[in-house]
Amino acid sequence: MATTITPPIPDEIDRLFRRKRLMSLGLPALVFAYLVVVVFALGIPEALDRAKWKNASILMSDAISYKTILERQNRGGAVAVSIENEKSGTYGENNWPSWIQKDGDIIDVSLQENITVSINEDIVTLDVPEYGVIRTEISRRGLKTDYPDDADLPLWVNASKTRFTAVLPGGRLTITKSKTSVFRYAAGWELFFFTMDSPYYGKSNGEIIGMMFGVGEAADGQSHFLAIVNDVWNNKIWHHNKVAWAIGETVLMAFLGTVLSAIIALPLAFLAAINFSPAKTVRFGVRRLFDFLRGVDHLVWTIILSRAFGPGPMTGALAMLITDIGSFGKMFSEALENVDNKQIDGVESTGAKGIEKYRFGVIPQVMPVFLSQVLYYLESNTRSATVIGAIVGAGIGLLLTQAIITQKNWEEVTYYLVLIVLMVMVMDYVSGKIRGWLIHGSD
Amino acid sequence: MTSNSNIVLTGYIAEVTRRRLYNGISLALFVVILASGFAVAEDRNAGGFLAGLTSLGDFPAIVLKESWTKIDEFPAHFITYFPALMETLNIAAVSTLIGAIIGVFLSFAATRGLAHYPAAIPYIRRLMDVMRAIPDVVIALILIFVFAGGVIPAIIAISFHTAGALGKLFSEVNENADLKPLDGLASTGATWTQKMMFGVVPQVLPNFVSYALLRLEINIRASAILGFVGAGGIGYELRNTMTWGQGKYDNAMAIFILLFGTIILVDQLSSMLRNRLTGKQ
Repeated sequence: MATTITPPIPDEIDRLFRRKRLMSLGLPALVFAYLVVVVFALGIPEALDRAKWKNASILMSDAISYKTILERQNRGGAVAVSIENEKSGTYGENNWPSWIQKDGDIIDVSLQENITVSINEDIVTLDVPEYGVIRTEISRRGLKTDYPDDADLPLWVNASKTRFTAVLPGGRLTITKSKTSVFRYAAGWELFFFTMDSPYYGKSNGEIIGMMFGVGEAADGQSHFLAIVNDVWNNKIWHHNKVAWAIGETVLMAFLGTVLSAIIALPLAFLAAINFSPAKTVRFGVRRLFDFLRGVDHLVWTIILSRAFGPGPMTGALAMLITDIGSFGKMFSEALENVDNKQIDGVESTGAKGIEKYRFGVIPQVMPVFLSQVLYYLESNTRSATVIGAIVGAGIGLLLTQAIITQKNWEEVTYYLVLIVLMVMVMDYVSGKIRGWLIHGSD
Repeated sequence: MTSNSNIVLTGYIAEVTRRRLYNGISLALFVVILASGFAVAEDRNAGGFLAGLTSLGDFPAIVLKESWTKIDEFPAHFITYFPALMETLNIAAVSTLIGAIIGVFLSFAATRGLAHYPAAIPYIRRLMDVMRAIPDVVIALILIFVFAGGVIPAIIAISFHTAGALGKLFSEVNENADLKPLDGLASTGATWTQKMMFGVVPQVLPNFVSYALLRLEINIRASAILGFVGAGGIGYELRNTMTWGQGKYDNAMAIFILLFGTIILVDQLSSMLRNRLTGKQ
C-alpha cells in the first residue's frame, strides 16, 4: 500500500512553499515600500511642517462651543455683551449674564478657576490666583502693563505696546488702544432655537413645551404654538428656514436628475436591446451614446452645463441627468435583453400590437428591476448632490462651502454635516424599504 | 349561467376601471410633482432651461476651436501636466490602500461570528454609515483650513470615505465566509488575529482585492475632483486653466485628454484584473 514518494513532489512542495512565503512576505513589503516612496514623492513631510495645528484646535473647539464676548470701546466707553458678536445675540443692558457684575463704572468679569478681570474705564486688572495681578493702563500713547514680579512673562501672555493678550482657561482677554474684550467659552450651540430678541429666550424646555400645548396667547394675539414655531423657524443666527430649503433643494436635485433620466433612458434602452432594436446600426449608435454619457465624468458635465445654464439647482440636476441616462440606459437594456419571450407571445396571441405588446408583455417583467435600480440611484445621487451643489452653487453644498470659507463658523459646518448624514441615512432607509416592498410584494 | 358570467364581467370591468382611475390619478400626481419640482429648480437657477439649451454647445465649441488651432502644442502640454497626473494617481492609490487596510479591520469588527466584541457590531456599522455619508469633498475642504491645501487633506478625506465604503462591502463578503476553518484553528489554540489571518483572509482575499480595485477607479475620479476644489493634483491645474479662460483652453483640453484617457485605461485594466480574480473570464 505504501507508495514511494517520487523525488519531484517534495521538490515541488518546497518550491510552492517558497513561493507562498515570498508572496506573503514580499507583497506587504512591496506595499510598504510604495507607501514610503510616495510619502516623499508627494512631499508629505513638508506639508506637515506647513500645517497650522492651532487652526485644528480652533476648529474643534469652535465646532462644539460658543463664546460670549464682552467688549468695551475704549474711545467713548460703550460696553456691549453678546454671543459670538451676533446682533440678535446681544444681551440687553440689564440682562447681562451673572458672571458679569457692573458696579458704577467698574465691570467685574469672573472666569474659570477664580480668575477675575476688572475693567475700570482705562485701567484693566487681571487677577490670576496662582500668579498674581496684572494691571494694564490704556492711554493715548499705548498700553502700559505692570506685572507682579519683573521676571519672565508667563507663556499665556503676549504683550506689546499696542496689544495685550492673555489666553486663560475657558476664556481670553484682549486689550488694544481702541477695544478691551473678554471672551468666555461655554460648551454647546447657543441660541439654536431662540435668539435673544425672542420672548421665549431663556425659558426651560419644560416651560416651552407647556406653553406650546397650554392655554394663553403670545403678545400679538397669536397662539404660543405658532409664535414658538415661527421664532425657531426664522432664527436669525442659525437660519433654520434657509437650511431646510437647502436640504429640500439637494433632495430635489437628486430626485429630478434620477427620475427624468430614467424616463428618458427607458425608450432609448429599447433601441439598445438586441431583441427590440430596429437595426444593428441603431443599437450600436445608442450603446456608444450611453458609453459616452457615462464615461465623461460628472465634473465635466457640471462645468459645461454651468457655462450654459448658470449656477443653480437645475444645472446640478441636469448634470446628474446626463450621466445617469448613460448608466440607466445600459442597465435597462441589459434587463430588456433578459426578458422572457413567452409572455410577449401570450400577449400577442390576444391580438395586441405595437405599443400594447410592450406595455403588457415587457414592462410588467422589467418594472421591478427598473424601479429598484432607480431607487438605488436616487439614494446614491443624494450623496453626490451635496458635492455637485458645492460646484454649481445650490442646496446644502452651497451653504456648507460658504460656511467653510468664512473659516470661523465651524459650528454651522458641524450642523450641516449632521444634517447631511441624517439626510443620506433617511434616503437610504426609505429607498431600502421601498425596494424591499417591491421585491417581496406588497404587504 | 349567462347572468353569472355577466356579474363576473361587470365586476371585472368595474375593477379594471377603478384600477385605471387610481393609476391615472397617481400618474397625474407624479407628473405634477415632477413638473413643479423642475419649475422650482429652474426658478432658483441663474439661467433658464430653454435659453441655456440653445447655448449648450457654445462653450465646448470655443474650447475645441482653440485646441485645434494649437494642436501642435499638445505633446508639450502632456509632458507639463504629467507630474500633476502622477500626483492625482498617487493620492488615489495611497488613499485606497489606507482606506482598505482600515476597512478590513472595520469589516471584521462588524461581522457576526468574527467580531472580537460582538456587542460593538451595531455601533461599528453606524460608524461606517456615517463615514460613507459624509462626502469626501467636505472633509477635504475642512482640512484645507488646517493643512493649507496640498495633498494631505485629499488623502485623509478619500481614505476616510473609502474605509467606510469598503468596510461595508468587506463585511458583506465576510458574512459569506465559511466559519469551519475558524473552529479548526481555535482547536489548535490560535488567537483572534491568527484565526482571522489564516482562517478568513484566504477565503475573502480575492473579493477584497476586487472591491478595492473598483474603489481605486472611483477614487481616481474623486482625487481629480478634490484637486478642483484646491487639494492639489491635476484637478487643481484643470481649475486654474479653466478660470484663466480664453488663451489656456488648449491646456484645459490637454488635461482633459490626459485625465480621462488615464481613467479609461485604469478602468479597463482593473476590470480585467477583477474578472480574473473573481473567476469570470
